[in-house]
Amino acid sequence: MTDPVINPSGKLLLRPEDIEQGTSLWKDAWHRLRKNRMAVASLIILILITVLSIFGPMVMPYEYQDQNQGLGATPPLQAGAHLFGTDELGRDLLTRTLHGGRVSLGVGLIATLTALIIGVTYGAVSGYLGGRTDVVMMRIVDILYAIPFTIFVIVLMSVFDRDIKLLFLAIGAVEWLTMARIVRAQVLSLSKQEFVEAALSLGLHRVTIIFRYLIPNVLGPVIVYTTLTIPAVMLFESILSFLGLGVQAPMSSWGSLIKDGSEKMDVYPWLLLFPAMFFSATLFCLNFLGDGLRDALDPKSSKD
Amino acid sequence: MLEVTDLRTYFHTRAGIVRAVDGVSFSVEKGQTIGIVGESGCGKSVTCYSLLGLIPTPPGRIEGGRAMLGEEDLLSASEATMRKIRGKRISMIFQDPMTSLNPYLRISTQLIEPLLIHERMEKKTALHRAIEALEEVGIPDASERIRSYPHEFSGGMRQRVMIAMALITKPEILIADEPTTALDVTVQKQILDLIKTRQQTLGTAVIFITHDLAVVSNVCDHVYVMYAGKVVESAPTTDLFSAPEHPYTRALQRSIPAIQEKGEPLYTIEGLPPDLTKPMDGCHFAPRCEFATEECQTVAPTLQSAGEHHETSCTRRQRGEIDLIH
Repeated sequence: MTDPVINPSGKLLLRPEDIEQGTSLWKDAWHRLRKNRMAVASLIILILITVLSIFGPMVMPYEYQDQNQGLGATPPLQAGAHLFGTDELGRDLLTRTLHGGRVSLGVGLIATLTALIIGVTYGAVSGYLGGRTDVVMMRIVDILYAIPFTIFVIVLMSVFDRDIKLLFLAIGAVEWLTMARIVRAQVLSLSKQEFVEAALSLGLHRVTIIFRYLIPNVLGPVIVYTTLTIPAVMLFESILSFLGLGVQAPMSSWGSLIKDGSEKMDVYPWLLLFPAMFFSATLFCLNFLGDGLRDALDPKSSKD
Repeated sequence: MLEVTDLRTYFHTRAGIVRAVDGVSFSVEKGQTIGIVGESGCGKSVTCYSLLGLIPTPPGRIEGGRAMLGEEDLLSASEATMRKIRGKRISMIFQDPMTSLNPYLRISTQLIEPLLIHERMEKKTALHRAIEALEEVGIPDASERIRSYPHEFSGGMRQRVMIAMALITKPEILIADEPTTALDVTVQKQILDLIKTRQQTLGTAVIFITHDLAVVSNVCDHVYVMYAGKVVESAPTTDLFSAPEHPYTRALQRSIPAIQEKGEPLYTIEGLPPDLTKPMDGCHFAPRCEFATEECQTVAPTLQSAGEHHETSCTRRQRGEIDLIH
């Protein structure tokens, strides 16, 4: 692949093959994102945490459920290969933290993705079609809003088998409501803009208009809201775990580790410190990456 | 080529039925430019949106009439048929070039869209055609500029891009909905000239919607003056200015600032256009007309010939009771 063409003012032009093909929104965004150092650093850290969570537990000398009653709670680096120390049952905290990352990142990713796909499509359709369709679709959202979420998940969990994947989907199935409202409001104002009419007057199909003209224009607020949703979802998982609906001991998640750790923070502070470090590092990175993405996706924000 | 007869578009709102377009007829020939003139809210835009099937329904509904483009009635055509007509046989340019391009897509992507849809062109061929189209509307460095985003263009340049996009498929009819209203006066002239030259090259008919009589005198062959959803006068441009046959047309002309002597107060038309939700018996302009009589308020006027290609709906003028030139 040839290098990107840069003109004298430092502005990124396109590679020869792009000139022939025309470029997609995402390719452009990627070029811009690569120039945002904070976002790139965040992306690398996130990938690192993910890789550690997936492969870490496999190479660790301990299993997440292995207990060492004789050891009890030891501070970091005091005994054996327990880098982060152990909890009061003698379980290796590093292994449990990394294993917890699987659940937390998994729930964050799947639930948010579910919320994103349902919410954006639903909101865009509702806002664009307007009229009676919009009224009916939004009243359905209102009704769903009124259902207490915890009870909804309890019912779902007891009707179906308690499956962790189902839990992910259940959280996503509730989180999409706010997303749908945000997108609908944005699309409602956008669809009155002349470029939508201009697109119609060129003979474009309505479905094309929703996906090519409306959704890209609402990505800014959607990304910001997504970066807020991921931590909310992760925290929600820990609440559900506490209620006995989510992850069950001896399995771990960051949420449950932080909850356990916070109960003993005055005696065994490391039990809170390490999971919280991973959790907040992830959230920080998600926020920076979200900001970076929002800027990268907006052609007007490019400072080059 | 396009023959519109008795077009009626009503909006069914909570406040009642708004008769936005109420029995409008006009026709356009190949290569001709017609103007539709009137105040805001007189139904000129609704007329053109009706032709393209872009009236939001509900609340809008086309209640009657025909719009024959060749053999096709635009008012009763299916959505699929209309999609093939829009952008291919009839194109449109809009008032505000700042908002009529998608800010998230490069100009190139938007320009080739009609070619990909209507001509099923290869992307590469379409891009070459798009660069040509930009050159034709006078954008320098077209092969470079085509990769820009809309915000990197000025208002006048964006309107040029819109024109290039609308004309890229060589449509039979171009609808220009106040294309110069949002632009600087100096740029206005350039855009009007551009539309004129492109029209001559392609043989496109143009429907100009405007409230600006100066624009009309510049570019149009024939003018329809609309008031409150009806055509009140239809005349060749020169006749309209030299010998208006309707009090409303004359009032509009007298409201142009340039004609006034310095220091003299500018002529304005008293009152406001009527509430279109209330059915009116007589002439819609009667409440604001200086010549109106009892009869004007009660008897509905009809368009009648007042010379060659010249029609007026003023009953008193038809009888020769009033003189509008002096």
